[in-house]
Amino acid sequence: MSMNLEEIKQYLKEYNGPELKIMEVCGSHTGAIARNGIPGLVSDRIRLISGPGCPVCVTPSSYIDRLIDLCLTPGVCVVTFGDLMRVPGSRMSLQQASGMGGRVKMVYSPMDVFPMAQREPETTFVFAAVGFETTAPVYALMVEQILEDHIENIRLLTALRTMPGIIDRLCAGGADIQGFLAPGHVAVVTGSKAFEPLAAKYSLPFGVAGFTGEQILTALCGIVKACERAKSGKDGGLVMNFYPSVVTREGNTEAQELVERYFGVSDAVWRGMGMVPASGRLLREEFAALDAGSRDLTEDHKINKACCCDKVLMGKMKPTQCPLFQKVCSPLRPQGACMVSTEGNCYTYYVNHRE
Amino acid sequence: MPETVRITMEHGSGGQATGELIGEIFAPAFRNEVLGQMEDSAVVSGSGRIAVTTDSFVVTPLVFRGGDIGRLCVCGTVNDLLMRGAVPRYLTCGFILEEGLEIELLRRIVRSLAETAAEAGVQIIAGDTKVIEGNGGLIINTTGVGSVPDGLDISAGNAGEGDAVLVSGTMGDHHAAILGERLQIESDIESDCAPLGEIVKGLLDGGIRVRTLRDVTRGGLGTVLKELAEASGKCFIIEEDAVPVSARVRDFCGLLGLDPLYMGNEGKLVAVVPREQAAEALEIMKNARYGSGAAVIGKVAGTGEGTEAGELLMRTQIGGVRRLTVLQGEGLPRIC
Amino acid sequence: MCVAMPGRVLSVGERTALVDFSGNRVQARTGLVKIEPGDNVLVHAGCILQKVSDREMEEMNAVMREMDELL
Repeated sequence: MSMNLEEIKQYLKEYNGPELKIMEVCGSHTGAIARNGIPGLVSDRIRLISGPGCPVCVTPSSYIDRLIDLCLTPGVCVVTFGDLMRVPGSRMSLQQASGMGGRVKMVYSPMDVFPMAQREPETTFVFAAVGFETTAPVYALMVEQILEDHIENIRLLTALRTMPGIIDRLCAGGADIQGFLAPGHVAVVTGSKAFEPLAAKYSLPFGVAGFTGEQILTALCGIVKACERAKSGKDGGLVMNFYPSVVTREGNTEAQELVERYFGVSDAVWRGMGMVPASGRLLREEFAALDAGSRDLTEDHKINKACCCDKVLMGKMKPTQCPLFQKVCSPLRPQGACMVSTEGNCYTYYVNHRE
Repeated sequence: MPETVRITMEHGSGGQATGELIGEIFAPAFRNEVLGQMEDSAVVSGSGRIAVTTDSFVVTPLVFRGGDIGRLCVCGTVNDLLMRGAVPRYLTCGFILEEGLEIELLRRIVRSLAETAAEAGVQIIAGDTKVIEGNGGLIINTTGVGSVPDGLDISAGNAGEGDAVLVSGTMGDHHAAILGERLQIESDIESDCAPLGEIVKGLLDGGIRVRTLRDVTRGGLGTVLKELAEASGKCFIIEEDAVPVSARVRDFCGLLGLDPLYMGNEGKLVAVVPREQAAEALEIMKNARYGSGAAVIGKVAGTGEGTEAGELLMRTQIGGVRRLTVLQGEGLPRIC
Repeated sequence: MCVAMPGRVLSVGERTALVDFSGNRVQARTGLVKIEPGDNVLVHAGCILQKVSDREMEEMNAVMREMDELL
């Protein structure tokens, strides 16, 4: 007998077992949970924590600084998603650099850079290639097209991050988490199998979830049930797919192969967290000509010494517990990446008055 | 006028070229007795309380699906007057023309402005033109004047416990239309820019004891309602399911990670009316021009536990509660 | 973090396909999955990432049944 939405809500509201901390690692989940009012729908004993799920928030300041230098260079135009425009580097944001005469163009799709490059052959277009596994295949298609069409004036500055590495760091670092809401669109590409080694290693349940309120509640229900199951001695480590319309166990193998062809696994710096092994991807050496200098972007500076973004991203601190939250740090005057990005943990708490 | 296709600095000098520009483009479009006097200021009759508003219009592109800057500047100004229950009467228009602006485009915009003014029942009684260096752009500044009937008091602070909250139609259309023009997303979304006189007149003539009116412009419904909640010191509660959003705008927002609650309109209003008149008010709005999509979306609550003064709450589709603020930041599209 | 939406394929070209989202049309990049007109697809950043199974109801029920067997 399947549960309908009302039964799922009732189950979650009436849960009375040991306190469970469930972490989501996807900015879109952070936003969807807040926008649907989900924290208020589940029992007090279920705590929903936001982890490092926003690729913009975890990009080190040196990446932004490099983009700014590039956009202020004559003959160069930086092309980016809207997400990055307001993120502060060590001196300013791309938006501010644009105001100073820097050339920055905002697009919906990286593919939009091709007609631009064709119209202005004398300009070098650098695409700010940030993202997780969901977006990596898009960049792979880009590289493939650049090579096939012999395009000379497009480069990528990459900040590609991958999920398993950071989740491993979280769990290995002793984070007090009993279950994970796994990112649905990452899983479209990687397959739910990407989370199986972690589930086994740490005996934790992973629920791959979509992005509607209903889909998230369903996945939470599965995770809580799995936790209850673990209580009675059964193995708690398993991966459940609650987004079967687009997620399979294997994922999109064609996309995976394409990414593998052009990008190799690398260590990566996560803003405020330092170097995390095997948690990113870089253009392979043979494609170095297309790279605008992604390899040496490891430095990371806090805008404000008291910023606690690193702890917030690891789920160790709630945004409301950061000394700067609301008093000094707000979306209008962000002191850290978590407040800049509209999917950042602090931003979401702020605009939804979450406690 | 000689074969000049674009605006040049000469058009701003105040001499022959300026005179010709006004004579060929502005005067014929805004033809009325007052303007025709071409004096330094307009003297018109008026008595009683007047409503005054000013606004500047800097939208790009100048022409978009569903309208243009000319239509927009009339609607924006006139609607501000209507939100106090005023009958809009006069508009002034200051045009700042950038060098390079195509004169044919200017003519088209001015014509559209005049047509919208006629629709809204206002006269353009004063104007100005300046030319600045630039790239073919156009900025319009307006002042609007209307007369406020005696005894009428429509303002943000009036919302009371139990009042109903209505909107006149779908949310987010204008902002989505403009954004769609700027990014490469082809869509049928049209700006909803429109003068709301018929809706407001219908409500007032129909005996609705309107407490508050607000047009839903920059910042979107979320921002407007939050401001009303704070101004009135009450708690506003709305139902997500009840807020009208077209499928087109909903999916447009979905593509870009935007929230229709924070996307602006240029032809929609929020009305707060006594609960017992809500059904009647809805009927009036639905039968008025530009109000066919009207809906009751929520209510004004008393303050107490869980409902604090100045708070805006929304019951979500799955039955959760979301607390809303004004728009933070610029509402840039997201992908990641 | 990954804004993606389901839409319907109207036509398929060489490297792109025209995808409709309730009246919004995007020339989405193909190359990651084979598609044809009429398919429902998931689009992210202008790229088709996956086909959307039209058996969602069935599949979700199967998942729920599995979940019930957990406890």
